[in-house]
Amino acid sequence: MQHVMDAAAQARPEAISPTRAEIAFRARRAAEYAVVPAIALIVSAALFSIFLLLVGKSPLLFYELVWRGGFGTVFSLQNTLQRAGPLILTALAVAIPARIGLIMIGGEGALVISGFAAAVAALPLLGWAPPFLILAAMGLASVAVGAAWVGLAGYLRHARGVNETISSLLLAYIAIAILNFFVEGALRDPASANTPSTFPIGAAGMIGKIPGTDVHWGLAAGVLLALALYVLMSNTTFGFAVRIAGGNPRAALAQGLPVGRLIVACTMIAGACAGLAGFFEVAAVHGRANAALAAGYGFTGVLVAFLARHNPLAIVPVAILFGAIAASGGLIQRRMDLPDAAVLVLQGFIFLTLLVSETLYGRFEVFSGERSAGRA
Amino acid sequence: MMDGALATVLIAMLGGAIRVSTPFLLVALGETITEKSGRINLGLEGTLVLGAMVAYMTSYKTGSPWIGALAAGVVGTLLGALHATACSLPRVNDVAIGIAMMALGLGLAFFFGKPYIQPSAPNLPSVPIGTWLGFTGQLEAALDINPLFVAGLATAVALWWALRNTRWGLILRITGDSAPAARAMGISVDLVRFLATAAGGFLAGVAGAFLSLSYPGSWSEGLSSGQGLMAVALVIFARWHPLRCVLAALLFGAAGALGPALQTIGVTQGYYLFNAAPYILTLLIMIASAGTGRAMRDAPGELATMR
Repeated sequence: MQHVMDAAAQARPEAISPTRAEIAFRARRAAEYAVVPAIALIVSAALFSIFLLLVGKSPLLFYELVWRGGFGTVFSLQNTLQRAGPLILTALAVAIPARIGLIMIGGEGALVISGFAAAVAALPLLGWAPPFLILAAMGLASVAVGAAWVGLAGYLRHARGVNETISSLLLAYIAIAILNFFVEGALRDPASANTPSTFPIGAAGMIGKIPGTDVHWGLAAGVLLALALYVLMSNTTFGFAVRIAGGNPRAALAQGLPVGRLIVACTMIAGACAGLAGFFEVAAVHGRANAALAAGYGFTGVLVAFLARHNPLAIVPVAILFGAIAASGGLIQRRMDLPDAAVLVLQGFIFLTLLVSETLYGRFEVFSGERSAGRA
Repeated sequence: MMDGALATVLIAMLGGAIRVSTPFLLVALGETITEKSGRINLGLEGTLVLGAMVAYMTSYKTGSPWIGALAAGVVGTLLGALHATACSLPRVNDVAIGIAMMALGLGLAFFFGKPYIQPSAPNLPSVPIGTWLGFTGQLEAALDINPLFVAGLATAVALWWALRNTRWGLILRITGDSAPAARAMGISVDLVRFLATAAGGFLAGVAGAFLSLSYPGSWSEGLSSGQGLMAVALVIFARWHPLRCVLAALLFGAAGALGPALQTIGVTQGYYLFNAAPYILTLLIMIASAGTGRAMRDAPGELATMR
């Protein structure tokens, strides 16, 4: 029952009118949720520095290049933000199911299959339909296919008890195989020699950049969706029910909550987010669907969501940080002669340290003062 | 004519099943040991790939593929030990740690593996059982069996026997079924899980050595693409039974061999869809086997994913 009462207290703070001690308690909790991941980031940066020293490279130069390649110039900042867009969306695809207790890592597959669906949906419209119709068809196709793709893993979890972590990753491999099958065969543009691709969607199907910048609309969509999903999760009955079901499924069932439908709904929202990322990758970056869609955004999004503790608002800055690391990859490769997998190693270090840091919660006296008895 | 083609495909699938199933078998046996102790290690995909890279590198540098396979096993053991140590801390989730270990293993393998994509390292020798039996041609080639497959079979039988008949097997099963009961018996739950996860890592590392040193027999970044993960799913299908792991691995091997086998008779249509066959088969098998009464009854009681 404690879960339900905690969730109730968080969902309707104004209804309980918290005392000062209660507010102080919540502030300490919030500080803990910021400080512990920060410690994890610093520790993993230190561990990665040792790793770089062991392979004979300079950690200082590495972090300097991350700064320069990620934030140093207007160009690099735009490059960072460009990559942060899909990362926000794929991280949301992890964070929303996580709220109901599911660990899904299949965002990469939903992104790929949705990007492919967008490119295919544009094909019959090219040449005669107005641009907004092409874009609408692409957007609808990618969101619907993404929602169905991840929703399938959610449905299997609910209906058959199939482990969602494994099934979502299997679906990612299947998505990439389907894409390869079509771009190597029936839907291949004969002009795409080296990287088999679908036919290009052309200028009419491209969505363009945010005015005054070189950043495409994926960033704006990501930020807006993060805000909307934050409100959905914290200020609506739906979000309230999801958090109860995530905290204690048995209590939720006893309350008469439709846990199965909530699971499917969360996974469909997740799939729609990843699907939108696929849409922007095709309509704003590549202009066609090919193997380049599987660029790792889905997997990095898993790390972003965990680092943000599955909080949609916190996902935005964390996604920008990882966008910067990705954006500086080329510079680091050229200047330090490091393989591009260096970023993967860094991400692995951060992920592992972060998960181990879970054990720190509740261990610091500063953050874990007693909750006041004055609370109703 | 049709019969000839069918026989060709079937024999190619038999040979392919034996070859392709070996890494599945070794990883699944390792994961069986780990899950029997009540913990799940989803990171074996990373262990498999890092093991493949280390085996190839070591074989290239020392000239001995056997030292390469051993080195892969040692690295796998270390990764397993890291997973177990992290999970022994309070509040740390074993499924999530597995995802992180997958990322770390793949990252390290790609980082250190770059220089070894081109050169060729000595491969593990195979045992020409087909030749001994007096076969020629295709059947002889199909029965050219790698010692690691035989080792996998022996491990499966030994594990099956040990789980039923030895004190160690009993300790492992109790720890996996009820940690409080194990503690009451004076068993150190963390130590048992540490050893079980390290042993699982060893087998997954050796499985990686098979990939890079036998079949396909060279190191590349796309070497595994999910085989370690599928092997984890396969353990649920085999309901944590070592001998059923052998059958399940052979089934997966046959599914994986279908595309290449059809290619031998000139069917290249849908090659990329046949590549998806093992993943789709895994998913279907999970749908069929998860959540059933039998799976629930045979699952170790402490396993987080089955609760």
